[in-house]
Amino acid sequence: MTRLNVNPTRMVLSSLKKRLRVAVHGHKLMKDKRDELMKRFLELARENRILRETVEKQLMEVHSSFTIASAVMSSQMLEQALMYPKQRVSVEVENKNVMSVNVPVFRFTTDTDDESNLYPYGFASTSGELDVAIAKLAEAFPNLLKLAAIEKEGSLLSDEIEKCRRRVNALEYVIIPRLQETIRYIVMKLDENERGSQIRLMKVKDMMVKKAIEERIRMDEEQLAESRSD
Amino acid sequence: MYKIAVIGGRESILGFKALGLEVFPCLSCEEARETLHRIAGEGYGIIYLTEGFCRDMEEDIARYRYMRIPAVIPIPGMHGSFGIGMTNVKRCVECAVGADILFGGQPAENKNGESEVT
Repeated sequence: MTRLNVNPTRMVLSSLKKRLRVAVHGHKLMKDKRDELMKRFLELARENRILRETVEKQLMEVHSSFTIASAVMSSQMLEQALMYPKQRVSVEVENKNVMSVNVPVFRFTTDTDDESNLYPYGFASTSGELDVAIAKLAEAFPNLLKLAAIEKEGSLLSDEIEKCRRRVNALEYVIIPRLQETIRYIVMKLDENERGSQIRLMKVKDMMVKKAIEERIRMDEEQLAESRSD
Repeated sequence: MYKIAVIGGRESILGFKALGLEVFPCLSCEEARETLHRIAGEGYGIIYLTEGFCRDMEEDIARYRYMRIPAVIPIPGMHGSFGIGMTNVKRCVECAVGADILFGGQPAENKNGESEVT
């Protein structure tokens, strides 16, 4: 692992140590977030699969009913019957916060309350199959809406999980080892410098001691010579 | 307040009109693509798209995948389900987990896949 390109000083060392602490803490948090997101996502995906199967089955039934209806009625009649809908549907979108991922929650409202008031045509000129088809579609509609919410939540969560996983991996395998390596390098460099300066001091001291001893010997010899001459 | 749109072949989506959703019948994939992009910014919360058109519009749908609004949801059309919606769910799982552990490719392996997770 390559180390960072920094000066080996105490200032840098202490700031790197701080960064390492933050990185380790962040790594732990991201990992927790990833695990929790994953847990929720898997539940959601399972639910999603079941719901989609149900919805697809319901819609296929609707389509087959429609096919029968269009076989019984002419296509112009069919179109005319459905031309002007009686009710309007709108969705309210609220936010739900799942581990700081904003996911939409859909709540639909229709402007008619009466369910039997659904059919926008007179019964005289239309076939019964059309009624069945529309009733089935109305039945499938809440599921369809739920499916939309779940699929959206799933795709948003999966995106977030992917980002989160990349961050965790980057912290775990790149940032943290690199910081540790750099810190070790700086510590070693500082120790080396310290040893170097200690040795230098010892050498200087040796030299000074040697010089002092020589001086002393010289002075002693001079004194000896003086006393002899006396 | 958002609206709900349905894009697809005329006979596939006629019924949705009776429910009060807004339908956009399209004849070709090109038309569907144009309609999707046009209405995506017009206050539609959910856009249902029949699978017949989804096949050739993956890139266009992917554009809205990570947006909060609109949710573009594939639904089976008149000609049946092509499994595109399910593939999307599968792809999401693969993207999040790294491997497809929920579906397991074969229906027989589904249970094994699930029991591994739980």
